[in-house]
Amino acid sequence: MSRYNFAYLDEHTKRMIRRAILKAVAVPGYQVPFGSREMPLSYGWGTGGVQVTASVIGPDDVLKVIDQGADDTTNAVSIRKFFERTAAVRTTTRTDEATLIQTRHRIPETPLRAGQILVLQVPIPEPLRWLEPREAETRTMHALEEYGVMYVRLYEDITRHGKVAQTYEYPVLVNGRYLMRPSPIPKFDNPKLDGNPALLLFGAGREKRIYAVPPHTRVRSLDFDDHPFEVEHWERPCALCGARGVFLDEIIMDDKGGRLFVCSDTDFCARRQAAGQTSGDRP
Amino acid sequence: MRPAPDRPLLSVRGLGKRYGAQTGCLDVGFDLWPGEVIGVVGESGSGKTTVLNCLSGRVGADAGRVEYAARDGRVVDVLREDESARRRLLRSEWGLVHQNPRDGLRMGVSAGANVGEPLMALGARHYGGIRGQALDWLAQVEIGLDRIDDLPETFSGGMLQRLQIARNLVTRPRLVLMDEPTGGLDVSVQARLLDLLRGLVAELDLSAVIVTHDLAVARLLAHRLIVMRGGEAVESGLTDQVLDDPQHPYTQLLVSSVLHP
Repeated sequence: MSRYNFAYLDEHTKRMIRRAILKAVAVPGYQVPFGSREMPLSYGWGTGGVQVTASVIGPDDVLKVIDQGADDTTNAVSIRKFFERTAAVRTTTRTDEATLIQTRHRIPETPLRAGQILVLQVPIPEPLRWLEPREAETRTMHALEEYGVMYVRLYEDITRHGKVAQTYEYPVLVNGRYLMRPSPIPKFDNPKLDGNPALLLFGAGREKRIYAVPPHTRVRSLDFDDHPFEVEHWERPCALCGARGVFLDEIIMDDKGGRLFVCSDTDFCARRQAAGQTSGDRP
Repeated sequence: MRPAPDRPLLSVRGLGKRYGAQTGCLDVGFDLWPGEVIGVVGESGSGKTTVLNCLSGRVGADAGRVEYAARDGRVVDVLREDESARRRLLRSEWGLVHQNPRDGLRMGVSAGANVGEPLMALGARHYGGIRGQALDWLAQVEIGLDRIDDLPETFSGGMLQRLQIARNLVTRPRLVLMDEPTGGLDVSVQARLLDLLRGLVAELDLSAVIVTHDLAVARLLAHRLIVMRGGEAVESGLTDQVLDDPQHPYTQLLVSSVLHP
């Protein structure tokens, strides 16, 4: 433990990343380049998120780490342990107790509050990437607000599938200005980006970009007037806690087609169960 | 008849571009009046495409001045306008038809999306409306309406070129720049495309600059001709006049080289 600087990164690196974060907060949705470092973690496992967390974490912070909504998956456990060892911070699985939450794929069901920071791990930050391969051109498109081509993708989806088939990384417009890829969260979580009282930071390690949605920022999911944005919904409530209106994971129970739909947010589900809610109850 | 316009739509003066030691074009100038089609002819390497690329801003000109009378009455100094305004102009008032339709189309998305994209770029956000206009334009360029959801990959060369034209005209541009619009098409398909283009230009009251090496295309579409050689405009005038009574030795050579079956 003592052989590492606090939170692993050296202070100069943290300063550099904090500067990038400040710029990202000042220009909501804009991708700020930063000097991403090698981390003791492979690319694709959250190197961007870990660097952002390491730069903003303090000794008094309480850290929660989520992977696919769960606190007990490999990546969540490893990253939590990493900061326990290198920063000796207190960790938790409770969303309401945490001051700093690093996440992959989900925004917690429990509403965030002012003062909390949510760090999202981002694999590919550029929303226009699969439409325009040239980085110089996508930057120009952002600079000139040329986002028509993003609608081409939505148009194609509606033409082929009758609705927008994109279910995650659903493109959003931040503060009426920058097009943003909200990391691979399901589009179910998109409405939680809008006007959120917490600070949302996005870190992409391999692509070396940081961007942010400051508290109470307008975030609008792209749509057509006659095909408005919709989120997923499930016919049945969570099989464990009975919650409705939350994001459910499908669990295959056997090889005869048995399946169960349960909350993807394990902390939310466990606390509802502890409070005596079961699938028989209605929230 | 509409009243005579008091100023040209596009005014080009002293346009020059060098590629290192090579001359792209030198001191090219012309006026394009509303509703007029100008043909730029000459052999390969004579600077025709360079002129077009300088106009559209795809290549930065070294010298000269290009003024465009915009829809709102403003006169835009095209070469010195900042990039965002120039790109907006290109999207809203200009069209650009490439020789190879694959350069002007998005091959990975359906024909309907290709025609609808310029509308979406200009802020159209109603799926049904966009699709309706796409259908309308496919009909105008004589592409079967049942092909709207097909990928351009499945289209023939002539259909691709017509699709590209639909994509360019859907925003109702005032000025269209065309680079060899009939290049690479077989003769009967060329004839059909020329017919279509001539009809659309007249119907929509378009102004156009058409670059071509094919004098027959120039004769059919252009009101006036500019003959280029070695980057310079060697002769210009009314199409019939230039083709029937060429003055410059190079134009005479060009005209006499055409085979008459």
